[in-house]
Amino acid sequence: MSDTPNKNKSLFADETIDGQIATLNLGPTHPATHGIFQNVLTVDGEKILGSVQTVGYIHRAFEKLAERRPYNQITPITDRLNYCSSPINNMGWEMTMEKLIGVQVPKKVDYMRVIIMELARIADHLVCNSVIGVDTGALTGFTYMFQQRELIYELYEEVCGARLTTNIGRIGGFERDFSPTFHVKLKKFLKEFNKHFQEFDDLLLRNRIFMDRTIGAGPISGERALDYGFTGPNLRAAGVDYDVRVMTPYSSYEDFDFIIPVGTQGDTYDRFCVRQEEVRQSLRIIEQAYNNMPEGSYFSPDVPEFYLPTKADVYTKMEALIYHFKIVMGETPVPVGEVYHAVEGGNGELGFHLISDGGRTPYRLQFRRPCFIYYQAYPEMITGQTISDAVLTLSSLNVIAGELDA
Amino acid sequence: MSNLTNEMVLARLQEKFGDAIRNHEEPYGLLTIEIQSDKTHDLIAWLKTDEVLKMSFLTLIGGAHFPNDKGREICVNYHLHSLVNNVRLRVRAFLPIENPSIQSIIDIYIGADWQERETYDFFGVIFEGHPNLTRILNEDSMDYFPMRKEYHLEDATREDKDDRYFGR
Repeated sequence: MSDTPNKNKSLFADETIDGQIATLNLGPTHPATHGIFQNVLTVDGEKILGSVQTVGYIHRAFEKLAERRPYNQITPITDRLNYCSSPINNMGWEMTMEKLIGVQVPKKVDYMRVIIMELARIADHLVCNSVIGVDTGALTGFTYMFQQRELIYELYEEVCGARLTTNIGRIGGFERDFSPTFHVKLKKFLKEFNKHFQEFDDLLLRNRIFMDRTIGAGPISGERALDYGFTGPNLRAAGVDYDVRVMTPYSSYEDFDFIIPVGTQGDTYDRFCVRQEEVRQSLRIIEQAYNNMPEGSYFSPDVPEFYLPTKADVYTKMEALIYHFKIVMGETPVPVGEVYHAVEGGNGELGFHLISDGGRTPYRLQFRRPCFIYYQAYPEMITGQTISDAVLTLSSLNVIAGELDA
Repeated sequence: MSNLTNEMVLARLQEKFGDAIRNHEEPYGLLTIEIQSDKTHDLIAWLKTDEVLKMSFLTLIGGAHFPNDKGREICVNYHLHSLVNNVRLRVRAFLPIENPSIQSIIDIYIGADWQERETYDFFGVIFEGHPNLTRILNEDSMDYFPMRKEYHLEDATREDKDDRYFGR
């Protein structure tokens, strides 16, 4: 009982209440952890002295699975990484493949992707921020925001037919153009979202109770965050303005005008504020992309060996039939090579390191999962804090079990 | 942001480390150097503090297994990123499968902790100096390293499935 896991971290050891140090299991299945995370806390009353983490409860061996799957069939695996923003993962993988085979997709595909990816970012941030509200005792904002998230999921449905595990898009573009209903729904969303979002913002941002609960909860400095390999909103909340969309633009992000919000303290409140502002910026990007949508095709005609031909062509044209067969059976040759491609996921730099030996499946595929890397810092961030702060810190880091465990 | 090119990075690295840099290539624009495995720690530590390169962000550590490459079967990849210069670099070392050990870089980047454990978990790479080199995603009782190529995804002794026609 008295064996503190982080011996050098027991800053408050001499202030124990009656010398009682207890061990508390936070998780693996606890409503407050929002996923399968186990933290064995050493606590002195309410104060956390140290923590030992266990991860891997939903490990599904995606990297091994990918070594046996044809390239087209890897997209559904990526859905299940960060399932709050699956389209970003899907498109990240598609862009990795496009980089490997050296194809330039039409500008219109880039813009369509940007719209979907930013919608996904909004959905991801809405979940995270509304759950911070729930964990501080404010359930109302959560129900408001899930209504808006539902509208985003309806937009996904219009594009790909699925909601959570989207498998959206194809290597080389989209499976179909945006439907008329999509246009109607997106216009409505763009028009009305801000009003509802502002309502949510008003509920929490300057709320005295919320501020008292979140300011100073789970802080991390910029240097420390960089040392741990933080990326995304959590790093930006600590004051480092690193964003893959700006540093290494992909999918024509250089065409859009948006700002990268940064925080100063790296605590829960700053993470909340950064995500709130990012939602607004994402909305700006979507508006720019939608209003300046270029003319052209919604897929690249240069990759017939990856992009499924239409059924009409399959039944009438020999060449299309051959390609259809090759794609379905996964018999498409790819160049020998090694690619690293990164996109800005909901939680940070989502990278794909692909080694291809020219075969039908990847020789080695590794995902850089931002959650896995920054969740290491969790014990350090909560040491010296209270148990309720630990819960808040976990939800504000937006650790997604699927991405953590791959 | 300065205009640091891959050639300049390579020249500076070769000037400092000379023959320890065995090989270099640039697949898809990402400079990749192969370093003698016992120099990896020194190289990464130097890159972090070098005032020109400033490669002070560790993006990713990963392994790969090349069973046909005798004496250098296990590959360890380090992706580094200079956020100031916006230049990426991939450093890799090859290790023999009999003794796949390399110095841990946890003293340079604290974030290397879990990534090294993951690489150990899946490829059996021993990171010397790591304080807690145990399995992380797989269960502790596992007695093999599942990402090595000799372990098939499905039971290799099965005879009821014939995948020969599909090149599997």
